[in-house]
Amino acid sequence: MAWYVDRAARVLVFVGGISAIVFIIGIFVFITKEGLDFVLGPLSLGEFFTSIAWRPTSNNPTYGALALIVGTASVTGFAMLFSVPLSLGAALFIAEFATGRTRETLKILVEMLAAIPSVVWGFVGMSIMNPLIIQVFDVPLGLGVLNAGLILGLMAAPIMTTIAEDALKAVPDTYREAAEALGATRWEVIVKVVIPASRNGLLAAVLLGVGRGFGETMAVLMASGHAINLPTSVFDSVRALTATIASELGDTVTGGAHWGSLFTLGILLFVVTFLINLTADIVVRGIRKK
Amino acid sequence: MVDLAAEAAVANGFPGPAYDEPPIIEVRDLSIAYRGKPALDKVTLDIHRHEIFGIIGPANSGKTSFLRALNRMDAFNTAMEVSGSIRINGKNINDWRNEYALRSRIGVVFPLPVGLPLTVYENVAFSPRLRGIRKKAELDEVVERCLTRAALWDEVKDRLDSLGSLLSGGQQQRLTIARALSQEPELLLLDEFSIAVDPVTTMRIEDVLKELRSELTIVLVTNLVQQARRLADRTAFFLMGELVEIGATEDLFEGEVRDKRTTGYIEGRFG
Repeated sequence: MAWYVDRAARVLVFVGGISAIVFIIGIFVFITKEGLDFVLGPLSLGEFFTSIAWRPTSNNPTYGALALIVGTASVTGFAMLFSVPLSLGAALFIAEFATGRTRETLKILVEMLAAIPSVVWGFVGMSIMNPLIIQVFDVPLGLGVLNAGLILGLMAAPIMTTIAEDALKAVPDTYREAAEALGATRWEVIVKVVIPASRNGLLAAVLLGVGRGFGETMAVLMASGHAINLPTSVFDSVRALTATIASELGDTVTGGAHWGSLFTLGILLFVVTFLINLTADIVVRGIRKK
Repeated sequence: MVDLAAEAAVANGFPGPAYDEPPIIEVRDLSIAYRGKPALDKVTLDIHRHEIFGIIGPANSGKTSFLRALNRMDAFNTAMEVSGSIRINGKNINDWRNEYALRSRIGVVFPLPVGLPLTVYENVAFSPRLRGIRKKAELDEVVERCLTRAALWDEVKDRLDSLGSLLSGGQQQRLTIARALSQEPELLLLDEFSIAVDPVTTMRIEDVLKELRSELTIVLVTNLVQQARRLADRTAFFLMGELVEIGATEDLFEGEVRDKRTTGYIEGRFG
């Protein structure tokens, strides 16, 4: 009887494990199939990557995605610029310094932050940050890289904090004691032992944050101004890849060139995400080998 | 019974423990409790320079707590309450404003080897680096000397850049001893170091300890009564947080004891 259960459990676990691969291949095949007609037809790679003229609905349509790529990159980059140090700092405080009730309360609050729906963040960007930025910096419009970046950073921070904190907590206390017995101060222990030991987990946390930034749609759509534009300052409006897909896909003819062009943006997002993960994997392997 | 420790010491031209000098450690009325639950009760004893001081006793007798109090490890554990006084070199350890400086002069070897997640080289170079040694040549020299003294150099000299955690259990324990020696400590605290080590390696480490006695003072907590007999100049017997007996190791094992519980434990009637 027991072997029966064992066999069944093994099959179930196998199916669960394999399904991740099936889904990722399925998604890739699907978006490639939908975008293929466009990629092989009207797409000009030169135009796609160098032109900022995204006019898919014009009588003479052009498909320059440069502004969208720069839009996504600038918002994500700006978000990471402040949310990575913020999250790692928060994780260090929770894992290494906070004790007892402070620690528990902080953990719960951070996890609650992670559960706020993105449309609420978008709303915050539009109705609170926008007037605030206009007032503080004396600019005509508060929807742009700064606003979307801040919102995105705040959205990504709780996830990064939680994962980073788990990574830090996974470092055995015996390491800390051994290093402290050698005369290292708390800070030396953290910098020389705890962070190196949890490097992989911390890197995973940051990359999840970057992934979140790339993939986030609604909040960016609402807070970025959604204008096709190469930003020259953090106050300029931009448009993100994801936001473009979300806002335009409903108005397209299924199977048409516009439809295909949006799926091509999807392929681009997929490839970039894949490359980020691959890089992370190689970096992590490199660290392990050493 | 031939006293191996004394024999090795004589071979080194080492005169033996400095009983005529003031003690290096003076413990007075040391009590330790965890959240009000007593672990050690009013222990008073002296430990002399160049002495291997053995502490024996069954589990939960307060041996480890005693060691942890010596280098103020209680600072990490908020549940640990320490009262009484400990003087090292005549100075109360609570008067050290900088407990890190105190700890850097005391080497500790834990029951299970704790290789820091670093290479063999970096494990040993960790403490010298904290002291501010930067020059590669100088570090190389310290690393080789400490690994040699811990009887590990020959086995690892070709793999200094591999992770310490990839060594075998016995090698890792010798690595932690090398690391403790890299602190150039005056005092070496060993907490049941042979728990995870095979008998051959244990004997090698014991030989190392005998040689080290000429340079520093060793406090050896052990659950192996015979290990204390082989190594310690004097031995204390802890039982349920009480210091039952303290005296020259030879005397204890010859049955010259004040308390019959000591003989009972040594002869294996309980423990």
